[in-house]
Order: sequence, then structure tokens, then C-alpha cells
Amino acid sequence: MSLFDHSIKEIEAKLHNKEITVSDLVDESYKRIHEVEDEVHAFLTLDEENARRKAKELDATEDTEAKLFGIPAGIKDNIVTKGLRTTCASQFLRNFDDPLYDATVVEKLYAEKIVNIGKLNMDEFAMGSSNENSSFTPTRNPWNTNHVPGGSSGGSAAAVAAGEVLFSLGSDTGGSIRQPAAFCGVVGLKPTYGLVSRFGLVAFASSLDQIGPLTRSVEDNARVLEVIAGHDKMDSTSANVEIPSYTEALTGDVKGLKIAVPKEYLAEGVNPEVKEAILEALKVYESLGATWEEVSLPHSKYAVATYYLLSSSEASANLARFDGVRYGVRSENAENMIDMFKKSRSEGFGEEVKRRIMLGTFALSSGYYDAYYKKAQKVRKLIKNDFDKIFEDYDVVIGPTTPTPAFKVGEKMADPLTMYANDILTIPVNLAGVPGISIPCGFSPEGLPIGLQIIGKHFDESTVYRAAHAYEQATDHHTKRPQIGGAN
Amino acid sequence: MAEITKEQVKHVANLARLEVSDEEAEMFTNQLSSIIKFAEQLNEIDTEGIEPTTHVLDLKNVMRKDEPRQWTTREEALKNAPDHKDGQFRVPSILE
Repeated sequence: MSLFDHSIKEIEAKLHNKEITVSDLVDESYKRIHEVEDEVHAFLTLDEENARRKAKELDATEDTEAKLFGIPAGIKDNIVTKGLRTTCASQFLRNFDDPLYDATVVEKLYAEKIVNIGKLNMDEFAMGSSNENSSFTPTRNPWNTNHVPGGSSGGSAAAVAAGEVLFSLGSDTGGSIRQPAAFCGVVGLKPTYGLVSRFGLVAFASSLDQIGPLTRSVEDNARVLEVIAGHDKMDSTSANVEIPSYTEALTGDVKGLKIAVPKEYLAEGVNPEVKEAILEALKVYESLGATWEEVSLPHSKYAVATYYLLSSSEASANLARFDGVRYGVRSENAENMIDMFKKSRSEGFGEEVKRRIMLGTFALSSGYYDAYYKKAQKVRKLIKNDFDKIFEDYDVVIGPTTPTPAFKVGEKMADPLTMYANDILTIPVNLAGVPGISIPCGFSPEGLPIGLQIIGKHFDESTVYRAAHAYEQATDHHTKRPQIGGAN
Repeated sequence: MAEITKEQVKHVANLARLEVSDEEAEMFTNQLSSIIKFAEQLNEIDTEGIEPTTHVLDLKNVMRKDEPRQWTTREEALKNAPDHKDGQFRVPSILE
């Protein structure tokens, strides 16, 4: 049994009773990393020397009261870390070795005394659903290394699933925390838009991006969110709301909870084994005293088109900052400044990033803005209204996180639209700005994890966590661990 | 709308400050055409009278006093730059 099979709360007690030290935890992390990284490739940068020094410092202090004292964690590589290379898995930033500051979420984790183990692999600039768009070595799924871990936070999910760290941070623009959490059999939350500061998150689509935790249990997830949530004056889109104790919401009691199940979430296109797992999960909820009814999210089928127009438009503006002037890799082949911009960007960006910039630039360009961008902003409103209406009568919405378990490496790379369609069940949540979590709810006959998605009202993470926790405690899917390797 | 042409793709690439080879332009022409065709399903929906989303939460403008403060030093700001001289970022010539 690994030390990381314990919850953060249990580890806190072990540290307190001096059964273990922080150095033991950090040893466990790097030992595991050295065992599995050749196959999993979850990390882009390791910070071993600093982590070991930090562990010794923490072991030497008397005050161990911090909320995440000594917990080894990994950070997605689009979240800046002072003095620690931050690449967004892009060749453009391969030499960005010395960021000037820590993201607010990183500062908050340090204030609660985590040990940062390293930076986690991802699809380049968070654009992708499989990690195959990492311009370094793509991460593989710890449950079966012939399969993708999902994306874009594939490294964040795989590192937790493989037991390399106790928790990680990811970012979710259209499903980038929940989809890899589902594929790797871990717990991943996308908080309400505005709950967590995005200061220091390299922006992809600013009206959709949120940072959230990936963990092995709902309780750990709630604990990490308590640390990273909250208003930040450095992020004007962060909401000034009171942060409740999410761990206190984990009562195990869902009697009377009203669950809505959108018929579109169990429709054609959703794999039968996934549908079966969701219906089984609903039986568990019934046995716990909750009720569920079928509802409709009539505009959800338009979510993928809406999302790709809006997110690509925002990305085309956000990625304009990568011009080769202030940071990043500048092309050596340029003759003048415009040429330098073009060559640096073309040499530094991968194909998917260029495709999205092109799509976004087109959708925003003169003559097409109304037809594409503005139209999508209107449809976004309708998608949000669908959720608002359901939440008048129900506490949570439940369905699968993804239509299928993790697909094979290479399977969806040939056609961008096939890859994009994979996000159909996660994207509406970002468009509506509501919180959503993915938790393990079973396995396919091939032994690949299946994720249950629970969606809540704006800023009602407490109910989402309560529902997730009650299911988790009534089942044992979350206790299963992957044997690293390719089975088929 | 009609198919996207290769000339449009090259025009958009220029706006986006991307250099695309002829082969890439060909590929993007096909791919963007099918993505845009897919996106045109949005025209099925009547959005007459629907206000475009500006923000999912009811956030208002956030104002603060415009007061200078030390955020970073010139030296720090330059340390990741590909090229700099005399405390300034240096770029290739702007004029041809």
C-alpha cells in the first residue's frame, strides 16, 4: 500500500503523530515518478531539489497546522510558478525557465505548505482532449498506456491516478479537468466560473477558463478547493463571494436530493456501457433516498459548435501575446519585425493551436463577426437558460462525463471534428458557468474507468460535493488502482 | 455561406500573424470549411431578441484607483526576453 492511498486528512494525522515525515511523502512521490514516468509521461518539469529542501524545512518546523501541510502536489504547466519552467507544453515557451511570479492559486497552496513536485503535461495551451497535442511527449493513461489519459489536463489526472502525487491542479475550459479525471478514474472539479482566481493561468478562453483540483477522493478535492477558492483583486473576473467549508458539506446524507437527468446525456452517441454505469449510479442514489427524473437540455446539442467558435475567438486574441518580443523562443530566420512575429509563432505553435487561432481569427474577422461570434454568444445564452430553468426545480444535474471511456492513442487525431465531439457532455457546463465534478462510477469490460458527472448551481459546490461524496462512500470504484502498462 | 477559399485562409493567416505553407493552407482550407459548415447548425436556432452573453455571472465593471506601485523591476522584466539592449526589448527593424 502506498502512502498516497491515504486521504489528506489521514496523512495529516500520521504527520502529527510523527509516524511519517514530509520527507517520506516526497520520497514516495519521486520513487513512484521514477518507477512509472517512462510509461506515463505525466510531468514536463520536476523540481526535485527544491521539493526535498522544502520537505526538510517543513520537517524542522514545530507548527504543522496548515491545511495541506507537507502534501506533495503537481501543477498543470499553464499555471505560472516563479522561477520554475512553465511551458504550456508548447515549443514556443520551451525556454520560459524563469517566470516572474507565482499564480494566485500557487501562492495559496504554498501558504498552506504543500510541496510542489513539478509541472504537469497537457495539450499545448490546453487545446485538446487527449494530451496528444503536447509538443513534448504525450501523457499516456495509467490504466492502459495504449489509451489516452484525456485532456487537456491529462498529466494532472494521470499523475494522481498513477500515485505520483496526492493531488494536482488542472484547468478546465471545455472539460479539461473532468474529461481526463473520468478517463483516469480520479475526482476532478471544475468550479463555478469566478470562484477560483485565474491570475497566473495562461489564458486560453477567458470567459470559460477555470482552475480546479484533481484528487483521489471527494474529501481531498473539497479540502483543496477550500484553499484555492476566493476573491482575488488581481483577477477582476473573480467573484466576491463567501467561501463555505466544503468539507463540512460532506455529510453522506442525500435524502430528498432532487436529481435531474437530461435525456440528451443518455442519448445516441453515448456508449452502452457508459449509459449502464450511469443508470446503476442512479439506483445507488435512489437507495440513499434521492430521487431522479428525466429532463431536457434542448440546446445542448449546439454546445460543441458554440464552444469552438467562442473559445477559438477568445484564444486568437489571448495568444496574440506570443510574439517573440518579451519571452519565448524567437525565430532566428526573420528579416523584419512582422516577419519575426510570423516566423516565431509558426515555428513555435503546433498544428491544433494554429487551427484554433485561424478559426477564431476568421470568426472575428470583418464580415463574419455577426454570423459566427455574435450568433454563438446568443446561443450561449440559450444554453445557460436551459440550466437555469432546470435548477429552479432540481438540486443537481447528473449524467456521464464522457460518451465513451478513454479512446486509443491516435484514434481521433485525423479529424478535428471527431475529437471535438468528445467534449459534448462537458462543454455546456463551461458555457453556463456552473460547477461540475467527475467521479469514478465503474469500469468498462476492458478495465477502463467511467466517470459520473454531477453539475450544480452557480456557487453551490457544497451540494455537488455532498452528492459526489455520498455516492463515493456507497461504492468502491474510487479504491481501485491502475497497474501501469498496456494490456491490449 | 459558401466554402472557405485558400485565399481567405491566407488572408486570415496574415491577420493572425501566422506563416502558412501552401500545404498547410490547403489543409486549413479543408478543415476550416468543415468546422464552419458544422458550426452553421447554429442557424437552425431562432435567436431573434436574445441578448448575446457578455458574462455568465452578473458582474459589473471592477474599478480601482490608478496608482503606480512596484510590481517588478526592469531587470526582471527583461530576463526572459530573447533579445534586449540598454534596458529595452530589442526587435528586428520595423521599417523595410
